[in-house]
Amino acid sequence: MQPAIAVTGLGKAFGRQSVLADLDFTVAAGEVFALLGPNGAGKTTTINILTTLTLPDRGTAMVAGIDVVRDPERVKQRISLTGQSVAVDDVLTGAENLIMLGRLSGLSSSASRGRAGELLDRFDLTDAADKRVGAYSGGMRRRLDLALSFVVTPEILFLDEPTTGLDTRSRRELWDTIRSLAQSGTTVFLTTQYLEEADQLADRIAVLDGGRVVAIGTAAELKARIGGDTVELHDPHGDLFAEVPTDGTVNGLRGALDVLDESGAEGVVTLRRPSLDDVFLALTSAGGGPAEPSPLKEIA
Amino acid sequence: MTTFAPAVPGIRPRVSGLTAESVFVRRSLRHSLRDGESLLMAILLPVMLMLLFTFVFGGAIDPSGSYVDYVVPGIILLCAGFGAASTAVYVAGDMKAGIIDRFRTMPLRASAVLTGHVVASLLRNLLATGVVIGVALLVGFRPTADVWGWIAAIAMIAAYILTITYLFAAIGLAAGSPEAANGYGFIILFVPYLSSAFVPVDTMPTWLQWIAENQPVTPIIETIRGLLFGLPLGSQAWWALGWCLAILAFSVVWGAWLFRRKTT
Repeated sequence: MQPAIAVTGLGKAFGRQSVLADLDFTVAAGEVFALLGPNGAGKTTTINILTTLTLPDRGTAMVAGIDVVRDPERVKQRISLTGQSVAVDDVLTGAENLIMLGRLSGLSSSASRGRAGELLDRFDLTDAADKRVGAYSGGMRRRLDLALSFVVTPEILFLDEPTTGLDTRSRRELWDTIRSLAQSGTTVFLTTQYLEEADQLADRIAVLDGGRVVAIGTAAELKARIGGDTVELHDPHGDLFAEVPTDGTVNGLRGALDVLDESGAEGVVTLRRPSLDDVFLALTSAGGGPAEPSPLKEIA
Repeated sequence: MTTFAPAVPGIRPRVSGLTAESVFVRRSLRHSLRDGESLLMAILLPVMLMLLFTFVFGGAIDPSGSYVDYVVPGIILLCAGFGAASTAVYVAGDMKAGIIDRFRTMPLRASAVLTGHVVASLLRNLLATGVVIGVALLVGFRPTADVWGWIAAIAMIAAYILTITYLFAAIGLAAGSPEAANGYGFIILFVPYLSSAFVPVDTMPTWLQWIAENQPVTPIIETIRGLLFGLPLGSQAWWALGWCLAILAFSVVWGAWLFRRKTT
């Protein structure tokens, strides 16, 4: 089967600032694929090239088997973009936004209205259909933004940091929606700086750093890449007292416990699987400085 | 939740003919109607200016009381300027919002967004012009033109509105934000004051006369005045049309260049 997205040797610089250097990856049809990286890693530039908004300096990008540089019009017929800044018209109502997009997608007036009704229902916006979007909450705006991308179900949906700025509940609701949309056969390509988001949504994750893919695979594969589990010893207050890496075998575990025993500390032992945070910090330059906190930690 | 059929992904057809343009014109008209304050200002401000010039300054400028006949063409251009200036704000707002990227990733001419703003502005301003002329007639404006004179005058006004709207659309593209677009607009709104709009040019100091006589607004005003009062137009009409065409051509080319640059 033809891949939904195939990127080879993609490079892009703005002036002297190199943003993408030799990017390579392939996304299978029907997959949910996450491009994970810190701010400035080149995520948005990648999405802009794949959605025909920006021309690459070198390399090729095929979307739905079509070259984005040579035939952008045919690419545009098969994709939808839900960008970083929410692409809705604040002055119009939710229904008017959807009908407008329907007309611009080649649907007739009545087909546009019918489709708008279905989408309002599906994205739980029927009650707000005739309210101006300017009065919507952040979560509602994102849902409408997604609904706009499904006026004609796209072959490939691009989501640029879809949950940035949302509260935890809206984020989780949006995750559910994206998951159910992915079941319709649409390939989902999303960028995120939230590890949990990639972990929750994506079949496969590419870690982007400095304009290069530094690792690619399923969340489990990426976690396995940086080794096994860690034995942690917590003191009675729950603070981490000591940690010893282990390969996960019985002998390895026994050895680790011996090390902790020798330290003579009293406490509670837990076994921790590597988190995507560990992977991220190990793989990207973000590991050198203060880590980008995941949203849940910010709230906690 | 059951009626939704995501079904198989579909291919979006390229929209035919002027569908995109007509959708965007309707969108921009909705924006105009819902931005009630701007619409009200675009109509009220020129009316108040006209009343101010006619009743407050008019007596001093022309004690014979016929100043209203002199000033109305100028007020109409001023009104068109105010109305068109909001186009810059709308365009700048659109370029800043994510919605332009959505249009640009669809198989349609994204520049049709600009067409929508320009056509909506033209309609909005013709409405405001109509109100200004209506109020002017109430306060003693008595043009002597026949139907053809009126039609020609309105065509001249429409050409000016179209020109200045395109110019403001390009300014909206050039400005970094709606606020900046608003600021640049103000500079252009002063141009009619330095013309024969409010006082005859020969009452100005010599150096200013040169500016007033050679700037685009003066021949346009003289042409409208001439058409409405059956005065000889001389070469003014050609100058007026020439200026409009030149500024329009410049704005269209500049705007297209800015649009491409802003969006790649």
